Amino acid sequence: MPYQVVIGLEVHAELQTRSKMFCACAVVDPTQAAPNTAVCPICLGMPGVLPVVNQAAVELALRVALALDCQVAASSLFARKNYFYPDLPKGYQISQYEQPLAVNGRLPILTSQGERIVRIRRVHLEEDTGKLTHIQRGAESYSLVDLNRAGIPLLEEVSEPDLRSVEDARTYAEGLRALLRRVGASSGDMEKGAIRFEANVSLRPAGSDELGTRVEIKNLNSFRAMESAIRDQVARQSATLDAGGQVQQETLGWDDLNNTTFSQRSKEEAHDYRYFPEPDLPPLAVDDVWQARVRAALPELPHAQLQRFMTQYDLPETDARLLTEDAATAAYFDHLAAPQHGIAPRAAANWLLGEVFAWLNQTGGGMGSLPLTPAGLAELVRLQEDGTVNLPTAKRVLASMLESGRGAGEIIAQEGLSQVSDGELIAGLVHQVLDEHSHELAAYLSGKDTLVNWFFGQVMRLAGGKANPAVVRQELERQLHSKKA
Amino acid sequence: MLCDLPAHELTRLLKARQVSALEILEDSLKRIDQVDGRPGTLTPGEITAEDQCKVHAFITLTAERARAQAQAVDDKIAAGEDPGALAGAPVTIKDIFTVAGVPSTAASRILANFIAPYSATPVVRMEQAGALVLGKVNLDEFTYGSSTESSAFQPSTRNPWNTERVPGGSSGGSAAAVAAGEGALSLGTDTAGSIRQPAAFCGVVGMKPTYGRVSRYGLIAFGSSLDCPGPLARNVRDAAQMLQVIAGRDRRDSTSANRPVEDYLAGLEGGVKGLRIGLSPDYFRITFPDPANGEYIQQPLPQEIEAAVLRAAQVYASLGAEIVEDVPMPNTRYGIPAYFVISRVEAASNLHRYDGVKYGYRTPKPQTDLRQLYRASRAEGFGRQPKLRILMGMYVSAAQYSAQYYQRALRVRTLIRSDFEQAFDSANPRRIDLLLTPTTPTTAFPMGAVYGDSVLMQYADQLTVPANHAGTPGLSIPAGLAADGLPLGIQLLGADFSEALLLRAARAYEAATASQPSEGYKKK
Repeated sequence: MPYQVVIGLEVHAELQTRSKMFCACAVVDPTQAAPNTAVCPICLGMPGVLPVVNQAAVELALRVALALDCQVAASSLFARKNYFYPDLPKGYQISQYEQPLAVNGRLPILTSQGERIVRIRRVHLEEDTGKLTHIQRGAESYSLVDLNRAGIPLLEEVSEPDLRSVEDARTYAEGLRALLRRVGASSGDMEKGAIRFEANVSLRPAGSDELGTRVEIKNLNSFRAMESAIRDQVARQSATLDAGGQVQQETLGWDDLNNTTFSQRSKEEAHDYRYFPEPDLPPLAVDDVWQARVRAALPELPHAQLQRFMTQYDLPETDARLLTEDAATAAYFDHLAAPQHGIAPRAAANWLLGEVFAWLNQTGGGMGSLPLTPAGLAELVRLQEDGTVNLPTAKRVLASMLESGRGAGEIIAQEGLSQVSDGELIAGLVHQVLDEHSHELAAYLSGKDTLVNWFFGQVMRLAGGKANPAVVRQELERQLHSKKA
Repeated sequence: MLCDLPAHELTRLLKARQVSALEILEDSLKRIDQVDGRPGTLTPGEITAEDQCKVHAFITLTAERARAQAQAVDDKIAAGEDPGALAGAPVTIKDIFTVAGVPSTAASRILANFIAPYSATPVVRMEQAGALVLGKVNLDEFTYGSSTESSAFQPSTRNPWNTERVPGGSSGGSAAAVAAGEGALSLGTDTAGSIRQPAAFCGVVGMKPTYGRVSRYGLIAFGSSLDCPGPLARNVRDAAQMLQVIAGRDRRDSTSANRPVEDYLAGLEGGVKGLRIGLSPDYFRITFPDPANGEYIQQPLPQEIEAAVLRAAQVYASLGAEIVEDVPMPNTRYGIPAYFVISRVEAASNLHRYDGVKYGYRTPKPQTDLRQLYRASRAEGFGRQPKLRILMGMYVSAAQYSAQYYQRALRVRTLIRSDFEQAFDSANPRRIDLLLTPTTPTTAFPMGAVYGDSVLMQYADQLTVPANHAGTPGLSIPAGLAADGLPLGIQLLGADFSEALLLRAARAYEAATASQPSEGYKKK
């Protein structure tokens, strides 16, 4: 039976604030800092201490909410989500429950099926938990608790069940990550756990409007894990339904090592978190002035930018995606392809995505580390386009520019790399080559047409690579033609 | 003795260099030595006949720390610096507040070994004002009770007026220490009456300020939306002075009020002329459900309690106040049921952090499973009262019952608040400035008499808990002795942030009745 896949995603993003959500502890890189060095009585859950909201976290959350076109609540509430676990020092997580920061947003995505709108149900603030490491040494097993992460601000974005395929889910997740990074809310660094996913997956007969029983998969820490988990779940659920069975509502965890899900709890065992309003925090107020200020300062968002690059610069989607992946690259390209530089956007894109990206990959730096202004690169592209240098030379010039920081014109002039386009000179070179290779000429004249490329190579070698290849080819064909006659 | 003088008198003598802080301190320590007996411990053994006639206010005496503070105060005075508004005042701290470097037990086995690296904000403010912190005093475990008997630290505190009687609670150690002259002031907490009731039982002044007026930072939470730190003192001026020091915005407590603190001393002697002081029939009876069938039973207050309030009304009338009778406070009767639900939901959640993993008590028995570790540590570490609160709190906040209990209790709370809003509403032609009520339905009850019967004990808070629901201030002042020779308390309730007015009215009554023991100081 054909099924429609229905997916909703919950995305947890660590906000890149300097201090934690409810205390003054520094937010540290969890992969670098020694365990339990960025902690204080508040994030350790000691008796008598109280949380204080980090306004910078609210500001970042507000940027995301407005970028997602949400309705922001003038007053939202923090709540306590109660459960016991050693990574949760207070025994409750401060989160937002009944009255979140923002609701009813939307994120447009571009998939192979065209543009789609994914509705955002809610955006809310909460605090991260600590990190547990389970150690097994022979017969001995124990767990280590690191509370450096406990209390780092988290923003949760919950989508409506609007995603219909693994591709949808991936595109949405990538789009949201790009947005989070673009507005400066999150590093989006998946390796460091800055973004985590939870997926709700259900199937329904194609054409049905009712939602099937959903299974929740937690602990998805990479795009790959998210895709694998959804694929796995779709396969399991269709097999169950095909066999006439019913899908059981449950919560699964994802086992990254074995690429499989494991049951965390069934519906019967569902946690009762006993949510109630956090009495230690007054309602979170966001007035219109604050909203307006944040809205006005929002940058161009990745999706809009993608659309613009495709239309304004007539770029293929793949190129536009690569160019708009981060703000610095997109801004660089906007400068590079600006009209005053007089270069074709496609040529500009080819240079940036080809040679420049290759160099960045090699050096491992970001756009910020590029020792080359858009104007400088534009000069090189122009010199190549107008025939001053040929393509192989231009690539050599670029390498030299990146190495020395000198300009393209300067390098070409100093190293005498200008392309020879002089018809007379080239005619002489062609003549010389044909003269010196009478055997090959005879073979050509008796029908071995492919030798024309060999002659071309000989002429270029004689010219030290600087001859204009188009002029050479034209002159070569002219002289060969006259020999044939 | 010096320790029987009001705190403000001690500070005055100190500043006049007629006495040193060290002298005051040694006098207090001598009094403690005479009357307090052994401090509460987890392993009390047999309660002896000797124990039964001592006060046992303390859990932890911090004499050396206090000596260092006294020395610092004396040094400041010698250097001509201002030693602070509470300079030389010997104070005790209810052991529900953290004091850096000193055990903060909450009177519970589960925190018996916990030493906080930080002090509660009101403690910091008192110390900065030159107070001498004598130590941490006993209370009901985690403040859960009205007699101090539920403390894990025994012997629990006894009433200095009659050591066969309880001091009240949960700030029982505070009230007893103040009444016995061990410390002139004490920092207590009031969640349903836990400052005002023991103040009434021990014949001292106790004030619950407006919610948010005093920071809760460092107060080990019970019902976070109800808890209020406040002063206990032997006279109104001392209470006013102490409140002046501890009140005010604290950036560490987001629920602390962001408004200036009034001058509580400037108008203290201003009298009550022209004030409208209300009496409400709803505060002259206790309404509670019959345990047999759930029918509401109305029980009038003992005649001598009602008479004390009416005498006070007469005093106020004679001082020029207008007495407004029959002020409707119809939702008073629902205060206790709503409190049962709200405070327990918050308490159960607040107790989650005591899990034996990070600090505090952990079961010494080896455990192989995390859940078993939690269960064993909590089962052994918590006493009966926290367990009862956890059970009920978890029950009424469960997803399937929350609407029926917790959400409903919040609506009732709003109704109780509306009683106060209407009574104090300036647009109401029958508006009042203050409500005059009894503090408690009884005088101090015998040790062991009501303990264990949790419901009855909680109904004793019916006259105090409405102010906690409403977030409004109230205070209890001594109003003479009952026939059994024990102190009676009367309560004044006011609108939000009316502390100055409450203190002024309390002072007027105190001055008119001279209930304050005024033994003059004789220089040695």
